Amino acid sequence: MNFEYALLIPEFILAGAAAVVLLADAFRRDLGISRRLIPAIAALGALAAGIASLFYADRSTDFAGLIGVDDYTLFFRVLFTVTVLVVILGSLEFVERNIRHQGEFYALLLVSTIGAIYMAGARELLTAYISIELLSFSLYVAVSLAKDDRRSGEAGLKYVLLGGVASAMLLYGLSLIYGAAGTTSYEGIAAALGDSAVQGSPVLLIGLAFLVGGLGFKASAVPFHMWTPDAYEGAPLPVTAYIAATSKAATFALLLRLFGTGLLPVQDDWQWMLATLSVATMVTGNLIALVQTNIKRLLAYSSIGQVGFMLMAVTTVSDASGSALLLHLAGYLVTNLAVFIAVIAVYNRIGSERIEDFRGLAETQPYLALVITTGLFSLSGMPLLAGFVTKFFIFQAAAEEGFLWLSGVAVIMSTVSLYYYLKVIRMMYVVAPAEGEEGRWRPSLIAYGVTGVLFIGIFVVGLWAAPVLEVADDASAVLFG
Amino acid sequence: MTTSEGYLLLALPLIPLGSAILLMLIPSGERNAIKGVTGLASLAMFIISVYVFFAFDYRGDQFQGVIDWPWLQNAGFLGKDGIQLKVGLDGIAAPMVLLTGIVILSGTWVSWKIENRLKDFFVLLFVLVAGVYGTFVALDLFFWFLLYETAVLPMYLLIAVWGSGRREYGAMKLMMMLVAASILIFVAIFGIFTEAGLGTFDMPALFDAEYGRNFQLVMFPLVAIGCGTLAGIFPFHPWSPDGHAAAPTAVSMLHAGVLMKLGAFGIIRLGFQMLPEGAEFWAPALLTLGIIGALYGAVGALRQTDFKLMTGFSSVSHMGYVFVGLGTLNLIGMSGAVLQMFAHGVMTALFFLLIGALYDQSHDREFNHYSGMARRMPIWAIFFVIAGLASFGLPGLSGFIAELHIFIGAFRAYPLVGALAVLTAAITATYLLRMFAQTFFGEPSPRWSSVGEISWTERAGATVLAISIFALGLWPSPWIDRVAAGLEAGIPEVLL
Repeated sequence: MNFEYALLIPEFILAGAAAVVLLADAFRRDLGISRRLIPAIAALGALAAGIASLFYADRSTDFAGLIGVDDYTLFFRVLFTVTVLVVILGSLEFVERNIRHQGEFYALLLVSTIGAIYMAGARELLTAYISIELLSFSLYVAVSLAKDDRRSGEAGLKYVLLGGVASAMLLYGLSLIYGAAGTTSYEGIAAALGDSAVQGSPVLLIGLAFLVGGLGFKASAVPFHMWTPDAYEGAPLPVTAYIAATSKAATFALLLRLFGTGLLPVQDDWQWMLATLSVATMVTGNLIALVQTNIKRLLAYSSIGQVGFMLMAVTTVSDASGSALLLHLAGYLVTNLAVFIAVIAVYNRIGSERIEDFRGLAETQPYLALVITTGLFSLSGMPLLAGFVTKFFIFQAAAEEGFLWLSGVAVIMSTVSLYYYLKVIRMMYVVAPAEGEEGRWRPSLIAYGVTGVLFIGIFVVGLWAAPVLEVADDASAVLFG
Repeated sequence: MTTSEGYLLLALPLIPLGSAILLMLIPSGERNAIKGVTGLASLAMFIISVYVFFAFDYRGDQFQGVIDWPWLQNAGFLGKDGIQLKVGLDGIAAPMVLLTGIVILSGTWVSWKIENRLKDFFVLLFVLVAGVYGTFVALDLFFWFLLYETAVLPMYLLIAVWGSGRREYGAMKLMMMLVAASILIFVAIFGIFTEAGLGTFDMPALFDAEYGRNFQLVMFPLVAIGCGTLAGIFPFHPWSPDGHAAAPTAVSMLHAGVLMKLGAFGIIRLGFQMLPEGAEFWAPALLTLGIIGALYGAVGALRQTDFKLMTGFSSVSHMGYVFVGLGTLNLIGMSGAVLQMFAHGVMTALFFLLIGALYDQSHDREFNHYSGMARRMPIWAIFFVIAGLASFGLPGLSGFIAELHIFIGAFRAYPLVGALAVLTAAITATYLLRMFAQTFFGEPSPRWSSVGEISWTERAGATVLAISIFALGLWPSPWIDRVAAGLEAGIPEVLL
């Protein structure tokens, strides 16, 4: 047993930045601090944590088996700090106009990032559970922060109530697994479940079912997805972007580590559950997305569809699908953030979330239209872009594990998704702008900068995935190597 | 062809891709700069295409100018040389590369008159061309498919924004049908990679890999339907007439002229070269669908009175010949199939160019509304007649060489199919002559008094295409030598 607290410095930085942001916001008038300083502190905190995480990774320190600060955690640390940084920078203007309690907003994002990182790092059930709750509770509040929008409060209430039920399910599932295995550490569980007497026992099966249900809720897998569209629609746009990115990816980080190490011996008992969930999720999400008219709801259902693809990688868990999943998560985060930040920039101008109101964007703001189009094409898995490569890897990895049929379903659903993405693209490129709105306009400089970096990122992952895949492979080797 | 000439092959997809990026940086208003960049780029592509076609030594290796770089390896399910950036040319791809060069050169010239968002049009068009070139020269299955999809990707916007008529319907139908067909190719590629178990997407290695017979029997239809949809195989063709009718001129030219050939090329590469036992089993079905498509397309064309719909159906008919040729499973028939891909490409591109030239002036595609156009537009009419005569296979023109090979191959394999193929040629002559008679002769209609001769850029584009039609017709040996060499080396012996 050894503890090396220096390895936790990135999280200390995030927590410290969150505290400073809260205090600065509370005493802003007394101290005469400029309003702009608050997001600056938050962004600097995220940046510093991201840089620090590159220096503090070590596989040998085990923290009594609670968490691991290994390559796997490192991968997600970088991913999540970059995500929170992008969300902070991309939504400056939006937050000033549409968010109550700005200090809390930034502090909650930073704190939830800590939860997300430990979800990836947890090597023990209770630590995992606490991390999930840290992320979830921050988001319950953040969802309801929108100014003058009653949907926001409703979304927050729905999210917290359903989230509470899911947490109860999850906790019950964890306790049953503890009952079956006699320990909460992943390693211990793997050793205990390797004994064939426990495999297939009712206690374990019920425990797994509750576990899959609880985590399925967090990942918004069908049929536990009901909260997603409402929460996405009601939440302020940056929070929606953040949920779609970090909250999803963190859940999958946890799922992959838990199912890829602790529960691997009982693969036969849960594989069919996840396969069913995966098919249901990608089919339902993509089909319901076809009829959406609000861009947030469209992206909500599309993200449910994406969850189906990710669940597929956990279903077919292996070294190859592990690294494919990490690659996919990285590509998905870049793509999704590009779309969301561009949509936020458009929203700042037109003040509407209806897809109809995106008409003629290619005339009035061709740059943002290009970013959104590229992002949507990437989400649907079109070539040259991140989505093609990352989906190709996930699907191929599943085929290698004997799940060619599941890959087939996934490709079909991926094609369905192209149809509703094309509806948005059609609105921007084919339909003329509304009368009186034909003039060109410019987004803020920072919106140009953030979307520009993400836009290039989509192509980099799409055309030169080697560096990302190598890092993902190293990270996945921690679990399977 | 030397290895260092492989860099020319690599340049083929990179030139349009680089030009697309360069174009993005030019302000939309600078029309002359846009024309200059696109003109130079397409000329460079044309010259390189012609050069590599003739530099390919048909007595040499199967793949020439092969160069490769590792892109991803030893990670996940990938072994050594997992995915490489690998290009090379064989005798089957050589005429396709030449075809692409010819069509993009003339397609660029005739697109210069587009008023609406010229820059965006060329960015998308060049991305499409990069995908087409890439598919023909790629020797890595991952990149092959990536570039194949790249060629389809820009079609929706190209048709929906710059098209005419029912453009949104045509664009959506085309896009969804083609992408849906790609599902089957996706699954086939996953299956092939897994079954081969080599951990590499290297195509020559996959050609030589062992696949189980049952696996091949299951996978071949996936490839044949997946790629066949893009090639307009019956009954997966309905996107073709609607899509072509709605598309702007250069897009119709490239799509009917080159992109449909990608589909047939895919069937040869993935189907015949990788899954020979599957191809042997399914060849009769392919041939049957081919001849049905040829007849159906010809009869369909007979019923149309819209220039573009007629040419769209005619494309389905001519692509039917390609499947007949492939299905004969003899060298002469298969050579005919590849030659037909080239012949139909230049011929149909010329058709679409001329129809576009007329439509841009008159905005009417019903040929019953025209008469005596040969007097108003003699040059236009001459080019039209050249394309038409090539289409029904007049000796001395490209179509004759290709169709002769296919007919001989078909008569050797299945005489009945050969007879039906000849019947199709007769129907082709009927619908074309009917259209010529209606449009060219008679009293010039006063309604079109403002319609004048085609412009110089259109004449230049048409000339390039017409020269190609005569070249293959009068001096076919460069084509035949390369295609025969490519097929002999590439098609496994069980098939020939």
